[in-house]
Amino acid sequence: MNVVAKQKQQYVTIKGTKDGLTLHLDDRCSYDDLLKEIEERLVKQAGVAPDSPLVSVHLKIGNRYLTPAQEEEVRALIRRSKNLVVDSIESNVMSKAEAIEWMRKTEIVPVSRIVRSGQVLHVEGDLLLIGDVNPGGTVIAGGNIFILGALRGIAHAGYAGNKQAIIAASVMKPMQLRIGDIMSRAPDSKTDEGNEMECAYIDEHNQIVVDRLQLLMHLRPNLTRLERRM
Amino acid sequence: MGEAIVITSGKGGVGKTTTTANLGTALAILGKRVCLVDTDIGLRNLDVVLGLENRIIYDLVDVVEGRCTVQKALVKDKRFDNYLYLLPAAQTSDKSAVTPAQMKQLIEELKQEYDYVLIDCPAGIEQGYRNAVAGADEAIVVTTPEVSAVRDADRIIGLLEAEEHVKPPRLIINRIRSHMVKNGDMLDVDEIISHLSIELLGIIADDENVIKASNRGEPIVLDPNSKASIAFRNIARRILGESVPLPPLEEEEKGLFSKIRKIFSLK
Repeated sequence: MNVVAKQKQQYVTIKGTKDGLTLHLDDRCSYDDLLKEIEERLVKQAGVAPDSPLVSVHLKIGNRYLTPAQEEEVRALIRRSKNLVVDSIESNVMSKAEAIEWMRKTEIVPVSRIVRSGQVLHVEGDLLLIGDVNPGGTVIAGGNIFILGALRGIAHAGYAGNKQAIIAASVMKPMQLRIGDIMSRAPDSKTDEGNEMECAYIDEHNQIVVDRLQLLMHLRPNLTRLERRM
Repeated sequence: MGEAIVITSGKGGVGKTTTTANLGTALAILGKRVCLVDTDIGLRNLDVVLGLENRIIYDLVDVVEGRCTVQKALVKDKRFDNYLYLLPAAQTSDKSAVTPAQMKQLIEELKQEYDYVLIDCPAGIEQGYRNAVAGADEAIVVTTPEVSAVRDADRIIGLLEAEEHVKPPRLIINRIRSHMVKNGDMLDVDEIISHLSIELLGIIADDENVIKASNRGEPIVLDPNSKASIAFRNIARRILGESVPLPPLEEEEKGLFSKIRKIFSLK
């Protein structure tokens, strides 16, 4: 009797929100038990009209880690319930490989060297270059680019499409600036004035603008937070 | 055991061969045993600049392919007793006739015999460049105060820095025209140095006599009065590391400027 009673102490808690359903899945029972209960509670439930609209489901799985294969299995299982579709799966834990990947994409990579003509420096996260980028040299970063030195070559920030990325340099005399998929090049006429301590960002007109470094705190307040790109 | 120094630039026509010939001669004058190696296979020039063209019997490719010994292929410059030798490049083959490994072995062999082995590198960054750099311990990058030459020098420095067996390269700025620099029509030395950020070995003023001397097959260093000659001799002494530490840039520039100003005021 007791065992049966415990099993009735649900592993799956369903809550309705304005965005759809949130399913809290118990993280202490076995995976098989969990699947079984999802099936019982959702799939075998009777009487959903075949033409009822799809309801998106958010899964919160607590401290349980689902492998990609298991995730797929859970999604498929819930999909079988006719009108439910899994929108997101939120877990408190991640695998080591994922954590390293995450770190690579968000860490600031310090590099001390001169990027000379013909050389390409590529990092996944933010680049902190202590040194110059000479004409013909290229720096590429998944995130922001900070250069303590002169930028005279090409800089490409947010190369995977992050348009919030910025490029900052002590001396800003680039051949080209690229942020996400937007590109701009230096004016043909050479100017001497005001190339120090500047930053480049994409403005509301989807164009790259170069301006004083001090404006960044208003333009990109997220820059200083740990969760820059979470 | 000597030192092997490659003289390179990336861009053609900035004065690699002239620099090699003159530094070699200057080092020989200073009492060092020097061997010059021309690695510009197919477009050899170093022999012409030194005036040794007529004496070539065997060349670098003959040595590498085992048709003769190194000693046999070396051309002695009789003006300097036993101090200056040239290993000429072949004129009939091309750069692919030699591999970097073969060059390394050859230079290694020459280093046993000579105090300095100066390697004249061809223009470009292909096989010829790789051959020339393979056996080198040190590198000298030659550039002129032109944007294109500085750009290529930057590229070459990047490649040299990636070679683990070569010490950080040093720079020679060739063909400076002081009056153009003064008018702002030419890159100045400070600008080039801050851009390339490597150690400066010396600067050489543009001097018509260099061309005249080259055409006669006599390195300019043999003329004790020319500006370029003095500059080359100073660089040679800096390579020896013994006598002159590199004077501060400004002083040298000032010296040069005042000299030139003197010349102009005399006229």
